[in-house]
Amino acid sequence: MSTDTTKSPQAAPVVPPAGTASVKQRPAHGHGRLLTRRDRITLGLMAGVPTILHVALVWLTALASIALAFTSWDGIGFDSIKWVGLHNYTELFTNNPQFWPAVEHNVIWFVVLIVLPTPFGLFLAVQLDKKIRFSRVYQTAFFLPVVMSLAVIGFVWQLVYNPDTGLINSLIGANKPGHYIDWIGDPDLNLWAILVAASWRHAGYMMILYLAGLKSVDPSLREASALDGANEWQTFKNVIFPTLRPTNTVVLVVTIIEALRAFDLVFVFNKGAQGTELLSILVTNNIIGESSRIGYGSAIAVVLLVISLAVIIPYLIATFRKERRA
Amino acid sequence: MHDLSPSGLSLTAPSRRTLLRGVGGAALLGAGIPLLSACGGSGTAADPKTVSLGSNSSDAVPKKAYAEIYATFTKKSGIKVDVNTKDHNTFQEQINSYLQGTPDDVFTWFAGYRMQFFASKKLATPIDDVWQKIGGNFPEAMKKLSKGEDGKYYFVPLYTYPWAVFYRKSVFAQHGYQVPTTWDDFVALCKRMQKDGLVPIAFGDKDAWPAMGTFDQINFRTNGYDFHVELMAGKASWTDPKVRKVFDHWTEILPYHQEGAVGRTWQDAAQTLVSKKAGMYLLGTFVGQQFTNKADLDDLDFFAFPAIDPQFGQDTVEAPTDGFMLSKAPKNHEGAIKLMEYLGTPEAEQIYLKADSSVVAASTKADTSSYTALQKKSFEMISGAKSLTQFMDRDSRPDFTSTVMQPALQNFIRNPKNVDSILSSIERQKKTIFASA
Repeated sequence: MSTDTTKSPQAAPVVPPAGTASVKQRPAHGHGRLLTRRDRITLGLMAGVPTILHVALVWLTALASIALAFTSWDGIGFDSIKWVGLHNYTELFTNNPQFWPAVEHNVIWFVVLIVLPTPFGLFLAVQLDKKIRFSRVYQTAFFLPVVMSLAVIGFVWQLVYNPDTGLINSLIGANKPGHYIDWIGDPDLNLWAILVAASWRHAGYMMILYLAGLKSVDPSLREASALDGANEWQTFKNVIFPTLRPTNTVVLVVTIIEALRAFDLVFVFNKGAQGTELLSILVTNNIIGESSRIGYGSAIAVVLLVISLAVIIPYLIATFRKERRA
Repeated sequence: MHDLSPSGLSLTAPSRRTLLRGVGGAALLGAGIPLLSACGGSGTAADPKTVSLGSNSSDAVPKKAYAEIYATFTKKSGIKVDVNTKDHNTFQEQINSYLQGTPDDVFTWFAGYRMQFFASKKLATPIDDVWQKIGGNFPEAMKKLSKGEDGKYYFVPLYTYPWAVFYRKSVFAQHGYQVPTTWDDFVALCKRMQKDGLVPIAFGDKDAWPAMGTFDQINFRTNGYDFHVELMAGKASWTDPKVRKVFDHWTEILPYHQEGAVGRTWQDAAQTLVSKKAGMYLLGTFVGQQFTNKADLDDLDFFAFPAIDPQFGQDTVEAPTDGFMLSKAPKNHEGAIKLMEYLGTPEAEQIYLKADSSVVAASTKADTSSYTALQKKSFEMISGAKSLTQFMDRDSRPDFTSTVMQPALQNFIRNPKNVDSILSSIERQKKTIFASA
């Protein structure tokens, strides 16, 4: 239950040791001339290699996507790239019957995650924080879905929802002609069916984040509010929850990211058929596979990028402003 | 996520040493990249005794069948075949980058538009020299399927199989049903089956391609082969009243299809035919793979999709054909040619068919004496056809069929009343896709 629950890509520098370039600890005091040549090389490598990787794998590819979004390209040979201006976007906004439903589903995905499993995860965390017996067992049980791959979760739930032989329809007798419930194919049902699976996983994730936050609440705060005669709900509402503010920010960001990158579950479930279209799936269907509409798919990816930026940038600005003040 | 630290997660500041390890890891990553790019080729550069072959036959039965063909070839010619098998779907999805990278000398692929596309992109080598030797083994229809748009040969067909309406002989005998040959008979039979408590037509379109098979059948029965080809090539319009007529016919039989099709896989739909709950099922002969019990398989039979317009009758058969192509710059050109010549012989086909009895040989010269009853019928159906089609996603642009047609047909199955808006949406999207060629 440490940093690895946050899934931050930067949080995993634990790789096999590479040689024994042990650098002696010396007080550098921030002056360049106090660094030996070796220090400088080490620093250069330490800053340079990640920068090169970052620029090559993140910035260049993102910029290439943005550029390709204005072209039409089948992915075969660079000479077949054709400049088409804004055509991909007009096509996307006016002619693609799947685009607007996809945007809508991404939004629904976010709203559902924030309204249902997130408070439920908080509820679980509060209960588990009370040092009840077998707390670890419960923690593990609720956290287990997060450890499992989303593709596996999709596969399992798909078996549960299978209209002919699945658990639900077999139990309620809805697999006979006339009373059929098509959980996977019916566009009025399938998104909600998948969201149950997604929420099942998300609640465990939120529980762990909140549990970590709760562990850091100063016990003296609880004591003080108990002395003031506050009951449990009052303590939670007026003392504990306000101290969880940093955790709430993380939870919000994580949930937004989850909603935007939702893909694997749906792809395994029904490949994003009508009712479950998502932006990420449209990108994949257009770019990967034989279809290779790389320009068009890039345009969808750019839309996804713009939405992510619109959400993340205000958050980063707020964070930096806070840091500067501190 | 350093924001976590205020909330008390044990976030130890990374020491200098762990950072160094990180750098080492990154360096390792960098070293890994050339390794990755080396995965495409098989690395047997100019060995005249080896031909490399990229294969999509990842299922156990065909994989073994292919292996036997290559073993016999090696015995005959002394040339080793180095097979690089990939998962069927993965192979298909990566084909663009695979063929542009360092592909194997020979690769498995499909006849029709999908072959011609790579030929016109110069990602395949013409093999007219191979066809000089094997030309006599194949009927005219197969020759047509093996040529690129430039009239040169690019493809060696190995096997083929027809799409048809499958049924159980015992079920038809029990209820006294007759095989329908006209549309009216077919609709009447559906009605009777429904009255008898059967699902008239089993259907599962979760994978989104089976519905394209239904469309193909109704279209070339209603409008004929020539219009079908024009429509697939993006020349005819989807808002043409002829297309509308296809969907009207489809709407007429849609109520007799199995409910909830969009959530069901073809395998599950086939199971309703296995358990005799369904009367008929329109699919390729591979439906037989779901009949694991020998007695059930012997009870399985099929008939050609009924005629709709008497002008066209039942003259067109949908018969997807699989085979081999030669990549753009084969390392062992001579050996690859020899391999392809062998793959075009009736002998190679017979070895394959011995292991996989759901398909038939593409060559008319192959020995049919060991065929099962279903194979014999398939063979007759295909050799008696005036025209052969492949399948919608093999006869048209894959980007069009996968991103436009698959969702559109799923939408139609659920909302047949929206057919006009669906068709005009297809036409609008088609125009952009085919214009971008």
